[in-house]
Amino acid sequence: MSTHLQTGAPPAVEGGPSGPRRRQPTGGPKGSGADRAVGAASQGVLVLWTVLVIAPLLWTLMSSFKTTQEIFASPFSLPTSLHLENYVNAWTLAGIGRYFANSVVVVTCALVLTMVLGSMSAYVLARFPFPGRGAVRTLIVAGLTFPVFLAVVPLFFILQQAGLLNTLPGLVAAYTAYAYPFTVFFLVSFFEDLPHEVAEAASIDGAGEWRTFFQVMLPMARPGMAAVAILNFVGLWNQFLLPVVLNSDQDSYVLTQGMASFASQAGYAVDFGALFAGAVTTIVPVLVVYLVFQRRLQGSVSAGSVK
Amino acid sequence: MAGAVAAGRRRRGASSSTPSPAPSRPGARGRRLSFDRVSLMVVFLGLPFAFYVVMVLYPFTQATYYSVTAWTGFSPEQPFVGLDNYVRLAGDAQFLNSLGNSLTLLVVVPAVTLVLSFALACVLTFGGSTAGAVRGLRGTAFYRVVSFFPYVVPAIVIGIIWSQVYNPSNGLLNGLLVGVGLDGFTDFAWLGQASTAMAATIAVIVWAFVGFYMVLFVAAIQNIDPELFEAARLDGAGRVRTALSIALPGIAGSVRTAYVYMGILALDAFVYMQALNPTGGPESSTLVVTQQVFTTAFAQGQFGIACAMGVVLAVVTLVFVGLVFGVARLLGVRGGARA
Repeated sequence: MSTHLQTGAPPAVEGGPSGPRRRQPTGGPKGSGADRAVGAASQGVLVLWTVLVIAPLLWTLMSSFKTTQEIFASPFSLPTSLHLENYVNAWTLAGIGRYFANSVVVVTCALVLTMVLGSMSAYVLARFPFPGRGAVRTLIVAGLTFPVFLAVVPLFFILQQAGLLNTLPGLVAAYTAYAYPFTVFFLVSFFEDLPHEVAEAASIDGAGEWRTFFQVMLPMARPGMAAVAILNFVGLWNQFLLPVVLNSDQDSYVLTQGMASFASQAGYAVDFGALFAGAVTTIVPVLVVYLVFQRRLQGSVSAGSVK
Repeated sequence: MAGAVAAGRRRRGASSSTPSPAPSRPGARGRRLSFDRVSLMVVFLGLPFAFYVVMVLYPFTQATYYSVTAWTGFSPEQPFVGLDNYVRLAGDAQFLNSLGNSLTLLVVVPAVTLVLSFALACVLTFGGSTAGAVRGLRGTAFYRVVSFFPYVVPAIVIGIIWSQVYNPSNGLLNGLLVGVGLDGFTDFAWLGQASTAMAATIAVIVWAFVGFYMVLFVAAIQNIDPELFEAARLDGAGRVRTALSIALPGIAGSVRTAYVYMGILALDAFVYMQALNPTGGPESSTLVVTQQVFTTAFAQGQFGIACAMGVVLAVVTLVFVGLVFGVARLLGVRGGARA
């Protein structure tokens, strides 16, 4: 990704976030009638897409306030009243509350561990030339490329031998290990792009390598760290395969697992109102995190495409 | 990356009108091996990397070894059987069916997702009026934020929601279709018929990822030199021509990366399948390799065969990644998205 070149355009025209900036031309080269039609068609396509995205989510929210009878009656009927008992049932009877707590604990621990280990490793890989560095980088990319399904069987037995199967610490270890390559991969390019002069200055001022990292480099890397942390949070919160394989004890289920087992409970006794309520409960935390940090994330997604 | 940094600095009000010069390599400092440096390297890279090797890389090699044994997991011995497992798989109709389904996903899902993402990204960045500046549409920021929603929803929940949307009797989809007068769709079982189950599943995965890649492509398109768009406009290029001749080559690196990620995801697809059709769908029409690995290992305890399936999946993945990079090189795509 190249730096955004200022191409000599006068800064009078602020293109804003919507597209490339350019000088104001002296006149549109095309007739504006057809042009407006195209513009309207573009808007139409985007509106249609937005409806497609939002409709299932809104419908889920609406259904979460309906009794199961109301849900069976019609997909469109509005809830007669806000049936919050769906949320209560999901939270207590279906155990979503406990699973939620498990998810918070596991994801928090794994996120902190991943960010600490990942940033340290990325820093060394970015700035310390040593024999075999290329091999280490290749192995980290390999971890991103190979299907996790190839590893799940041996991983199951590794955790079993370590006595960590069906425990939250074991799950934290697995989450951390599988988020590590992505984190390192992403942060290496970030540390490479940080100016070397500052580290030089710190060294001249007598700071050791350790202190340079924690007091100089890490604060400078904050934008990149934040972006990776958000992406990792979403990824860890949504993790499904690892807990299903490594964590079969119902008491230590995480939220995604709990939702899956709730949805697949045998027969037709599923409380659909509570199922929708559980879905909303699972979505809201990530959606809130995303909306709070979305500006930062939008920027980082583009950065993430950088190889 | 530098672009994002510069953008960050711009937001904080510092000027970044001149790109910073390339960092100079530090001199003697980069060479000295002091205790300080070595200890940092060991703790920062050595220990975490060792942990990663044990938890991630070692299992990959272990699985490859298990795949040539007839290990059942219940007995300590792991009899070596050579390529027997692979021979069995090659003659196993159910496995070949699931492999075919996975390959279908691999061919269809990335192509459909990325074409839609690219089209939407183009509409957002230069689909606006051609009078005045080359620009996108009003409300771009809103569209970007909303399109990203499905990406942050846990995949299992996406599956659960859509299995309800597809619900024959009280789902949103049939409700809409019958509502507009298409009575033929009353109680139509989208996920319950071999003719529609796979297409319905693909639609869900596409829905989940189009927004994410749209946002990525929008960012990449905005990094193309605006002068190029102006030149194209002055030469009389229409929007489609601009998209194909300016935008697409300009973000080829991003498209390649996205294609690889999307392909790896399509070959997995485990979560979506488990949520929409846990048993493999009508006539096993949506059964995929990852589901086979899972049931073979953890329901039937045939770890040797399951690992062989995993190896087949890994080989397919690597061939796919190699193909994407090879085709990209033939087309002259430059490394990464640094274009």
